[in-house]
Amino acid sequence: MISMMPKFVLLWTDATTWALILCVLAYAVAVSRSPNLKASWRKVFREAPALCSSLILGLCLLITATDSVHYRNALPHVPGMPAGAVAYDSVTRSGLDWLLSGLIDSREDTYSRPLDYLSYRRDTVSINGQLQRVSPRLKHGGAHLSDPEHQWAADLTSRVGTGLALGLLLAVACAAALFAALARAREARFLDTAASVWRKEGDIPWRAGLWTLVAMAMLIGVVLSLMGAYHVFGTDTTGNDVLYQSLKCIRTAFVIGSLSTIATLPLAVVLGIMAGYFRGWVDELIQYFYTVLSSVPNILLIAACVLMMQVFLDKHPDLFETGVERSDVKLALLCAVLGLTGWPSLCRLLRAETMKLRELDYVQAANAFGVSSSRIMVRHIFPNVAHLMLIVTVLDFSSLILYEAVLSYVGVGVDPSMNSFGGMLNLARKEMSLDPVVWWSFCAAFGFMVTVVLAVNLFADGVRDAFDPRARAFRPRLPISRKPVASNQEA
Amino acid sequence: MFSYLVRRCVYGALILLGVNLLTFFLFFTVNTPDDMARLNIGGKHITQDLIDKWKLERGYDKPLYLNDAKQGTERITDTIFWERSVSLFELKFGRSDAESAGDIGPEVARRMGVSVRLALPLFVLQVIASTAFALLLVMFRHTRLDFWGVVTCVLMLSISSLIYIIVGQFTFSRLLRVAPISGYEPGWDVVKFLALPIALSLLARLGTEARLYRAMFLEEIGKDYVRTARAKGLSETVVLFRHVLRNALLPIVTSAGSYLPYVFLGSLVFESFFALPGLGAYVIDAITKQDFAVVRTMVFVGSLLYIATFVLIDVAYTWVDPRVRLG
Repeated sequence: MISMMPKFVLLWTDATTWALILCVLAYAVAVSRSPNLKASWRKVFREAPALCSSLILGLCLLITATDSVHYRNALPHVPGMPAGAVAYDSVTRSGLDWLLSGLIDSREDTYSRPLDYLSYRRDTVSINGQLQRVSPRLKHGGAHLSDPEHQWAADLTSRVGTGLALGLLLAVACAAALFAALARAREARFLDTAASVWRKEGDIPWRAGLWTLVAMAMLIGVVLSLMGAYHVFGTDTTGNDVLYQSLKCIRTAFVIGSLSTIATLPLAVVLGIMAGYFRGWVDELIQYFYTVLSSVPNILLIAACVLMMQVFLDKHPDLFETGVERSDVKLALLCAVLGLTGWPSLCRLLRAETMKLRELDYVQAANAFGVSSSRIMVRHIFPNVAHLMLIVTVLDFSSLILYEAVLSYVGVGVDPSMNSFGGMLNLARKEMSLDPVVWWSFCAAFGFMVTVVLAVNLFADGVRDAFDPRARAFRPRLPISRKPVASNQEA
Repeated sequence: MFSYLVRRCVYGALILLGVNLLTFFLFFTVNTPDDMARLNIGGKHITQDLIDKWKLERGYDKPLYLNDAKQGTERITDTIFWERSVSLFELKFGRSDAESAGDIGPEVARRMGVSVRLALPLFVLQVIASTAFALLLVMFRHTRLDFWGVVTCVLMLSISSLIYIIVGQFTFSRLLRVAPISGYEPGWDVVKFLALPIALSLLARLGTEARLYRAMFLEEIGKDYVRTARAKGLSETVVLFRHVLRNALLPIVTSAGSYLPYVFLGSLVFESFFALPGLGAYVIDAITKQDFAVVRTMVFVGSLLYIATFVLIDVAYTWVDPRVRLG
């Protein structure tokens, strides 16, 4: 018996994404052990926007993680093949593809409107001897309806209703779990805890978080219940489901946002601290390096690097087994290019901060005790500039997601075969000039992209305010601040 | 000040040398001229003769860094690196890699005019609009207007510029038909074609800029001299416009000045969406045609402008803030 186990494929970005998730987990453990870090992170979650957006980001991270497990299915045994040998499908799929296989299989011929049962295309058919332009039924969307004109609205309503109810049920279960956990931590009664959360007592804005959770759960419920029978966001020019594409874009955006910022760190941190600590010719040399890099307009430098990378990949087509592997290497290299061109700004910042720190007494004392320079930099300087690293990393994240769209438009972004927000917007440009307008792809990309970027921005603002006390002064405040909000506005 | 400027210019030349080295490495060493020739000629049957002819036409037929066949200084000067570097510093950009296209230099000069027409009004309006919006928010700080203003800013900066363009083009050109979808005409008619891209570009950057300027103003407002001014009994408007605005100009000049190179380089996305024949569109064309000579030239021109801008910003400092002395 030959096992039909799929073959797991570890792509470059998969490996790095998982390594990153492990690093974040390790950091979380470190935070829970350090009272200082814990207090700072508590400050982050005391802001309602940061808490709510962290929930959305958590969901996106979950999607990214499931989309970062790739495998190739084993093909059934063919008589001519030698025993024991297994052939694998040439298509690489991910965990998310497996979960959404219904959406992949329900491919239509061409465009179709969201939730529609008719195609966008119109065929000329002769009805009773007269030629008429009629939209054909879709192969999958609404295919279960025998008399769509009368059943459609009722079917939709019932499905939306079920979805909302299921979502609400899920949200209530989550809320109950939260209340129970809080009640245990505070050693209070369950109902008292619920009431105090409702009255917005305590420093963490649980109520706002719960409302976000309810909204998210209900939205997911509706989408899930509609997804099986309709194309929730319609289909694109080749008939692929737009919802599926949008979900796949989340991984691309997250990989670009995280890997590129991570790629800037080693150079920026090492060179920045060295320049600030050693001064003199080391400083001059490093400054020269980053001034050269930053004096080329960013987009031109990236375009030049990516072009050269593409030529290199075109020259070696034999390096990759499947198309997915190829586009994945392109994505990884794009992140590396973004990282290598993006380090000067952080480096400059770290250099300035190190120059300040090295004059402080504790560094001078360490110096007087004969601690070696490398040890001072690692033990005394690095931990004190680490918060800058964190702030810049989260702040850059969203701008990189936005940048990806521009790069894809310019033609130096991710591989066209890979789903990305930039690619979707690029196609949307042509679709918006069709008649009748094909607006759904654009709206889906718009909605998903704005949600993700806004969530990242709000979270980043929260992190910056918590770790950089100076920034708190610029937070807009409402004149009538309600009670729990007032308690944390010492700034 | 003069000696400072001279020093800055010498350092700028050094940086430019570094940029030149970097681009040369990228464009000639990562992929050799032979690879580029193969890519540019295309097709299946590429003979070495064809490649050699292609290289000869474009002057790529010499060794890269060192010519071992020659003696003395010619070992260094008779190479692609030397020739390319010298011609770049003389601002002679040579011909483009594409078969039909001509000389890059005049093309760059012609297109720069178009880019400036789009970007200069945009630059001025951008500074005015962002400063005005930020001042408005600061004037009404700690009120609902400030709060919702900042919320709007965050929302606006979370939207990709592509989305602004697509929505703007759709509403104003297709639905309302008040502006042409795209195109360009020399002369005064150009206003018609530039209005929409300028407005959209302004909108796309307003969120980021206004939020930044607001933070700069608020930082100034917390300082002692502002308290003194208020204690003297000056009105809030005078404090804001005469004291805070004046002092916040320094960071604003830095931040706005970093956009100055793009006044000449143009915006890649906006120019190509609105079919304006500027430098940005030139770069995009070059990227899709894989015309490396053009991209290389633009990298050089871009960094030249960047370095010039920063010298200008330094000079602007002395004008904005008399305390700053360049020496």
